[in-house]
Amino acid sequence: MALSSRSTAPVYTDDPVRWFALATVLWGVVGMLVGVIIAAQLAWPELNLGIPWLSYGRLRPLHTNAVIFAFGGCALFATSYHVVQRTCQTPLFLPWLAKFTFIGWQLVIVAAAVSLPLGMTQGKEYAELEWPIDLLIAVIWVSYAIVFFGTIGTRKVRHIYVANWFFGAFIIAVALLHIVNSAAIPVSLTKSYSAYAGVQDAMVQWWYGHNAVGFFLTAGFLGMMYYYIPKQAERPVYSYRLSIVHFWALIFTYMWAGPHHLHYTALPDWAQSIGMIFSLVLLAPSWGGMINGIMTLSGAWHKLRDDPILKFLIVSLSFYGMSTFEGPMMSIKTVNALSHYTDWTVGHVHSGALGWVGLISMGSMYYLIPKLFGRKDMYSVRAIELHFWIATIGIVLYIAAMWIAGVMQGLMWRAINPDGTLVYTFVESVKATYPFYVIRLLGGLLYLSGMLIMAWNTVMTVRAGKAAVMTVPPVAAAHA
Amino acid sequence: MEILYLLIPLSTALVLLILGVFAWALHRGQFDDLDREGERILQDEAIGVDADQPRPVQRTEQSPTV
Repeated sequence: MALSSRSTAPVYTDDPVRWFALATVLWGVVGMLVGVIIAAQLAWPELNLGIPWLSYGRLRPLHTNAVIFAFGGCALFATSYHVVQRTCQTPLFLPWLAKFTFIGWQLVIVAAAVSLPLGMTQGKEYAELEWPIDLLIAVIWVSYAIVFFGTIGTRKVRHIYVANWFFGAFIIAVALLHIVNSAAIPVSLTKSYSAYAGVQDAMVQWWYGHNAVGFFLTAGFLGMMYYYIPKQAERPVYSYRLSIVHFWALIFTYMWAGPHHLHYTALPDWAQSIGMIFSLVLLAPSWGGMINGIMTLSGAWHKLRDDPILKFLIVSLSFYGMSTFEGPMMSIKTVNALSHYTDWTVGHVHSGALGWVGLISMGSMYYLIPKLFGRKDMYSVRAIELHFWIATIGIVLYIAAMWIAGVMQGLMWRAINPDGTLVYTFVESVKATYPFYVIRLLGGLLYLSGMLIMAWNTVMTVRAGKAAVMTVPPVAAAHA
Repeated sequence: MEILYLLIPLSTALVLLILGVFAWALHRGQFDDLDREGERILQDEAIGVDADQPRPVQRTEQSPTV
């Protein structure tokens, strides 16, 4: 049957998936390398080497753009294109447009890698890219939406699997956020001014910034979680009903939490309080989703012992749970008074970024890459295991160092002598942070080493395999 | 805080849109048989495997798409 139906049956559009999967690994190495460089610069500022292009202020946005939009973005493109085809049992809608999104997205990444070190920036965190690149992003994103929703529209299965809801919400929300926040008046090809000013600009920026975390770094990757964990565990998600509740509850609440980034600023108090309350409410759907994902292994916990890919996927969820607990706590105004502007925030972000986003992407890629190249497993399964442990130890070193450094900085900055003067100067807190910067660098180096192992493993897998052509299976009559 | 005149209507419109999509999904029966839908992604067996690739035979094989 397999061979006879092969010539006529439609074939999944896997080329863009393959390209995006390989780009994920490449940009992961590059983005994390830049992260390690700037971590070293914080410990030893001489590493700027006196070259403006290599200064911390320019490399830092390069690092964030590379890991979020290049590594994370390519992972999201690859997995959403893969999942939507498999769950809808139909090839991609307009395959040429999907290929265009790949080329366009790589163009954006290269443009970012050139323009940011040159100092061209809009100065908005996670939205630094100048207006011509922003326009290109908008075009690609609309194309992405057409391909994704077109595939949903031409699906052969009536039910839309929950992962597609998450991917779809991520695509729509990011389009909206990007267009509103990037509105700017150009004065030249490389310089523009935001359409908003002062505290208005700050509010738009953090409405964008927080929802970028909520929809780009959370909803999209939850789409991965709801497909690849059941597939790798060979079990349906613990409660499919709960996954639906998770989706709707999460997207209802996320939009309103942004003001918690602006506690004790010129933003009105009531707006700050609303941001805090919605952040606290977010704990419920987040933990519901985390428990749902982890409990998928209920009754099959032994798989966690033998399967390194499952280790990646399940441990990523425990970091998701940890950072979605930590986040609401940090949004409480009294806690935020201590934590804000310290390295605690950096630790929190990286517990989510390295732990949740990084590990779930790596686990999904380890599932996906061998299949895309006609193999059952990666070239070396033991290397996956090694990667897992190196990465996990790296994360723990990183976030523990930043917790201690952050709380210490917060306490030093607020310490007051009986006569009302400050106990410590700012530079004393910088000096006290030095050992933790070195430990953070060590954690980052371990995490990067893990990524290098993955890159090697990927190259060997691709060399040993060949691009697989997979036909769309016929849809069973029951759900046609 | 004139910006709230943009952000609050925008977010409210979005919530209404979300409600609309939810109502659509509900009435189109998307959530009628949730227990089976969770299982179904494990059964989407793809046809067509390269002859030289090993292939487990049980239903719950790890890689239905290979």
